[in-house]
Amino acid sequence: MSKGAYYNAVQNAAIRFFDRLGRTSVAALEELGRHGVLVAESIYWLVAGRRVGQSVRLGALFSEMMEIGVRAIGIIGMMAAAIGAMLAIQGIYSLKIFGAEGHVVVGVAFSMVREFAPLITGILVAGRSGSALAARLGTMKINQELDALEVMGINPVRFLVVPSLLASMIMVPTLTMMSMTLGLWAAGLYVNAALGISLTAFMDQTIDVLTVHDLLHGLGKSLIFGFLIAIIGVINGFLVKGGAEGVGKATTRSVVQCISAIVITDMLFALVATL
Amino acid sequence: MAEAAQNRPAVIEVRNLVTHYGSRQILNGINVDIVEGEIMVIMGGSGSGKSTFLRHLMALQRPTSGVIKILGEDVWSLSQKALFNLRKKLGVTFQGGALFSSMTVGENIMLPLYEHTKLDRMTMEIMARMKLEVVDLGGFENLMPSELSGGMIKRAAVARAIIMDPRILFFDEPSAGLDPVVSSQLDDMILRLRDAMGMTICVVTHELESAFKIADRITVLDRGDILFVGTVAELKSHPSERIQNLLNRRSEEAEIDADEYLRRLTGDKLEAEGMPR
Repeated sequence: MSKGAYYNAVQNAAIRFFDRLGRTSVAALEELGRHGVLVAESIYWLVAGRRVGQSVRLGALFSEMMEIGVRAIGIIGMMAAAIGAMLAIQGIYSLKIFGAEGHVVVGVAFSMVREFAPLITGILVAGRSGSALAARLGTMKINQELDALEVMGINPVRFLVVPSLLASMIMVPTLTMMSMTLGLWAAGLYVNAALGISLTAFMDQTIDVLTVHDLLHGLGKSLIFGFLIAIIGVINGFLVKGGAEGVGKATTRSVVQCISAIVITDMLFALVATL
Repeated sequence: MAEAAQNRPAVIEVRNLVTHYGSRQILNGINVDIVEGEIMVIMGGSGSGKSTFLRHLMALQRPTSGVIKILGEDVWSLSQKALFNLRKKLGVTFQGGALFSSMTVGENIMLPLYEHTKLDRMTMEIMARMKLEVVDLGGFENLMPSELSGGMIKRAAVARAIIMDPRILFFDEPSAGLDPVVSSQLDDMILRLRDAMGMTICVVTHELESAFKIADRITVLDRGDILFVGTVAELKSHPSERIQNLLNRRSEEAEIDADEYLRRLTGDKLEAEGMPR
């Protein structure tokens, strides 16, 4: 290859790289913008929907709460209990080194209420409902059901997004409360079996060490997780292109983005709250 | 019907409609009127812009420029509330039916009533059953859309589209995916809806037989331009070679410039790689 042709090829590769970088950045910004618009639209329909004759339907809200919350009780309860027991097992194992295994309650209580209950609940709801939301809306878009809603004079954001968003923001904190209780209860059972501390004593000690601030820390996080799960699921559903393959991609993308958003938000929340 | 149509007011007026997708121009300044009570069929081959045109007519997509007036109102200058109210006067049957898969046929049909009226459930159910009778689907209200055949789904979608007694009814490719017998039944139903309910109907299709059967007037689109607007008889006897080619499914033999053709195939890759052309 001549020197000129070589420089030409390098130059073209560089142009292609920056071209792709530019396009990706613009696409990311566009998606971020869509998130913003969707949030603003959701708030608008929630607040002003009744004024324009399109209030949010309670039936749809309850149906979403059932789907996101009630149907997830089994799996989330089981996972929360397993995590609670695991925290107790690891806590006793570590503290035994210092002969302080009696203090395991403090570690388990803080970890479960401030960290693990919201996190595990968020991740499970993201896997279950975030993906389902993306798949459902994506399929509806491909089947022109979203267009059908619009020509019927029914705003798709008000009809589909707001109930899911509200349900997620109500049910994720509710499920988190349940996770906290079940996790602590399972931990208490193990501690009772391993150290002979009664369940009542374990719970009394837990209530003593925990403050309202700790509870709000966990619930505040879960509220944000609920918001993120719904918005990310909906955006990925609305952005579906290209048939069944597009729906599959949107579903996977939704789960990955939801879990990443939850973990990063969790870290930021912990950082800000403990400053 | 077509002669009488000239004396009736236009329910849809399209003026200088231009649409771009990115840098590609899809519609090149379209002007057309659809008058009250007529069946207007919009025809054209793939890529002619007819689906985009229909989305504009249904107020689903904002054009790059131009004016669309539906029932005398400039669609894109309306407030959101006024646009919602206007949409209540429109009914649409999409290509695949677009029934909501999580609802029964009856619930699908009642949905616009739920959203826009304060009727009690029993009245809504009666109205839904009446509309199902109109489309020959009486007794199917409790089935799920997945339990219906393609033709039934389209008829159920028509029942949903007419539940609010719209002034204008749109059909997107009503014959697509249907066998000739079912397709012909659907055509008969469209004619019946026009005659019995006095609706203005706009149908987008590429099925010639169907178009000739139902149309009062036909608009032929080609590459974003209107080639023809007129009756079936006028279309059949039109002297334009381009129109006759479209009707007879003949592709035009365009003159091809060899250099241009090579550039189209390779893009700028040959030059980018430093290779001689």
